[in-house]
Amino acid sequence: MIGYILRRFGAAVLVLFAISVLVFLIFFATPGVDPAARIAGKNADPATLAQVRASFGFDRPLPVQYVLMMKHLFVSHDLTSFVNRGTLVIPQIIDAVPVTLSLVVGAAVIWMVLGVGMGTLAGAMRGTLVDPLVMLLGVFGVSLPVYWLGEVVNLITQKQLHGSVFSWVPPLGYAPLSQGVGQWALHLLFPWLTLALLYAGIYARLLRGELINALNEDYVRTARAKGLSERRILIRHALRCSLIPIVSLFGLDFGALVGGAALLTEVVFGLPGVGKLTYQALQNLDLPVIMGTVLYAAFFVVLANAVVDVLYARLDPRVRRA
Amino acid sequence: MSTLLKATDVVKHFRAGRGRAVQAVNGVSLEVRSGETLGVVGESGCGKSTLGRCLVRLTDLTSGKVEFQGRDITTLSRRALRPLRPAMQLVFQDPYASLNPRRTAGDAVAEPLRIHRYGDAAAIRKRVGELFDLVGLTRAHLDRYPHEFSGGQRQRIGIARAIALNPALVVADEPVSALDVSVQAQVLNLFSDLQEELGLTYVFIAHDLGVVRHVSDRIAVMYLGEVVEVAEAEELYAAPAHPYTDALLSAVPEIDDGTGASRRERVVLTGDVPSPIDRPAGCSFHPRCPVAQARCRTERPALRPVAGRQVACHFPNVPGTAAGA
Amino acid sequence: MPEPLLEVSDLRIRFGGFTAVDGLSFSVRPGEVLGVVGESGSGKSVSMLGVLGLIRTPGAKISGKVVFRGRDLLALKNAEMRAIRGREIAMIFQDPMTALTPVYTIGWQIAEQVRAHEKVSKRAARDRAIKLLDEVGIPAPEQRVDAYPHEFSGGMRQRAVIAMALSCNPALLIADEPTTALDVTTQAQILDLLRRLRADHGSAVVMITHDMGVVSEIADEVLVMYGGRAVERGSRTEVFHSPRHPYTWGLLDSVPRVSGPRVRRLPTIPGTPGAAGQGCPFADRCTHRLAACAEAPPLSGTAGHLDACWLPEEEKTR
Repeated sequence: MIGYILRRFGAAVLVLFAISVLVFLIFFATPGVDPAARIAGKNADPATLAQVRASFGFDRPLPVQYVLMMKHLFVSHDLTSFVNRGTLVIPQIIDAVPVTLSLVVGAAVIWMVLGVGMGTLAGAMRGTLVDPLVMLLGVFGVSLPVYWLGEVVNLITQKQLHGSVFSWVPPLGYAPLSQGVGQWALHLLFPWLTLALLYAGIYARLLRGELINALNEDYVRTARAKGLSERRILIRHALRCSLIPIVSLFGLDFGALVGGAALLTEVVFGLPGVGKLTYQALQNLDLPVIMGTVLYAAFFVVLANAVVDVLYARLDPRVRRA
Repeated sequence: MSTLLKATDVVKHFRAGRGRAVQAVNGVSLEVRSGETLGVVGESGCGKSTLGRCLVRLTDLTSGKVEFQGRDITTLSRRALRPLRPAMQLVFQDPYASLNPRRTAGDAVAEPLRIHRYGDAAAIRKRVGELFDLVGLTRAHLDRYPHEFSGGQRQRIGIARAIALNPALVVADEPVSALDVSVQAQVLNLFSDLQEELGLTYVFIAHDLGVVRHVSDRIAVMYLGEVVEVAEAEELYAAPAHPYTDALLSAVPEIDDGTGASRRERVVLTGDVPSPIDRPAGCSFHPRCPVAQARCRTERPALRPVAGRQVACHFPNVPGTAAGA
Repeated sequence: MPEPLLEVSDLRIRFGGFTAVDGLSFSVRPGEVLGVVGESGSGKSVSMLGVLGLIRTPGAKISGKVVFRGRDLLALKNAEMRAIRGREIAMIFQDPMTALTPVYTIGWQIAEQVRAHEKVSKRAARDRAIKLLDEVGIPAPEQRVDAYPHEFSGGMRQRAVIAMALSCNPALLIADEPTTALDVTTQAQILDLLRRLRADHGSAVVMITHDMGVVSEIADEVLVMYGGRAVERGSRTEVFHSPRHPYTWGLLDSVPRVSGPRVRRLPTIPGTPGAAGQGCPFADRCTHRLAACAEAPPLSGTAGHLDACWLPEEEKTR
């Protein structure tokens, strides 16, 4: 098992390296485009261009350029946004990370609990009215777009009913943990629910399907023949095996969300997270920021995948050998 | 009888990761004579199906040589093999898996005829009708879809497809093992009728020893990727020379119907078949062999002629031959 | 003659409009091996699943009487039935590759069954698992008890499944095609094991199989099923030496044998196994069909050898 973990994380490091090279090549080695001009932003003056050329070594061979780039990003942390007149990129990202992590982790807890609960309920109660009802609820969650649902939630909690029922809802924005767990959670409550609703529906549907398949498996019949209770068969045998694909999907979703896919939620609820940062950078064509966030996103996706694979091996003894 | 197919030292390895190889077929040499049925029998994982695929070049060989109708087909390209394909056909265990669920049985049988440009639409339709008659399906079956057929009927469709282009050789891989006994007997009879009418040559791969005995003229017994014994069917069952053949035959549960068919003395093998990744040194059967001796652990026995058959054993059980000869 | 351990009378199992088991009656005496033989659709597996209350299909209708040790199993509550399943009646299935939950060790799964029925510590349940694995011939059971199912070969898994089935010393073991997915040499080992275990534990065995050879080797009593009905029943010698039903004749004849004279063409039963209709289920395929066959014949006969066929007594020989 230890060997497997080491191998898996070794592979993750290799993948990260490959991604960084790829990103570097896309930004700096695309033929016919002057990377200095792109980094310096629109209408940059010649002095800035010269400064960029020197600091990124554009007159030197590509491998040197790559090393310089990585140095700016990870060692000296002095990659500078020219669009925003000299703001440092890395601290910006570092500031945004806790916001995104808070949003996604909280939402993930809610959607896993809801999704697994609903999926198990629907799968176990198949053939009764509970199953289609729960699934209808799931479809409802899946089919509401986050930006729309978010706006509606804001409309209700911030405007229409803010005077009465929702007077306790704080204004949009983020409250760091340093202001107390209560404020932090209160600010994030509706963003969490909005983001979680979508995923809960998807997960419930997927788990229901897996569970129904599992309940038809031979090993479930064996478990019945052993004289186990239906509850034990459902939880210890069928659900346990059905969770394996759920966990792998969770890793992908979680990684992608932390990597910026929670963009819409962040924008709608005014949360200054990584998604919002990327969104702004894209609007301004702020290349250094885009580069920084892309690599950051890649890091989280790859890391989440590695963690999931290790978890997967923990859940499923069959993959440990590989 | 002339030789239709000749395999010489056929080896097929699959990569198993970490630089290791599954030695699925490990140096098999055999001949298939025109008009005969060669049975290939062995337990799961013995390489019999892989051998079958090697013989008709559905898979590339790791090494060795296959000659079909006197022509070396070992290294022919797909393109070069194409004109030979009609002459070598395969019948699979599960015909359902090889039939397109959205095409009628008539279409399925017409497909090889179209691919190999048998003739115009009318000629193909006529031929498909003939083939349906031949395999015991009615014309009413032509427009039905695979799911409307029973297992036995699907296997008949599979057979009709295989014989559509008048092949010289049909390699049948477990063609009756998914069928009920009563249906199995019907399909086995169909195989022998077709052989008689069309002069087909069969390589019949199966794990059921009763079935193989029934259909085969000669039988090759495989164990761990090697042929351990080749003999005339009657002789093989009357007096198996290889200890593995002996154990295999004695393990078959026989029907005691009071007609006095003598029961073989059971040789119960211990343990499981070793992995084809880590083959034992020497004779690959020695760890389970009841008569193994020191020599068997180090020296791999070659397939050699012994008393009118071929055996790969240092100490074959043949009356009148000195052990270890 | 001892009291039957299990007595099934007039068992009927219907799924919607389809009758899978149509008035099946049989009994099993303590320590006896009953071979239930038939082709696909004969109802042999479904009937045994029905006996154990393992049919979960919504809308399945089960009627009749299944008396086990004086209690009608069909009338029991779920919890009472659970206490019998796995403890007094154990069942093993055809495919050992999928019969075990892939994510738990073999030992865990055996211990789970023991602890479902007996108040023993985890430690004691594990020790029992090791002892059982040893008994069914798994080498190095102290280590193998912690192995996962995928680390076992097919034969080893079936041994493990048998060990699990025997963990509470059941009075009856129902084995549904336990050797069909295995190679012949492995099958021979498993049949030997079942024979030995029967001698050691005294459990009665219901062996469901399509293989006449397996029945001939292991059964004391034989029940031949076709289209959801029993067509012939008797001792092994009676059924194999002097079969009385045309279907049994056909089954015995159409098996290619490994010894005896070789025939060029195998005798066959025309058609394919089908569902039960109004009359004799075998009538459509029977070469001895009479006008009377439009009505289902009762299972009748003398001295324990019964058959369900309208042929005159003197013609019921091959």
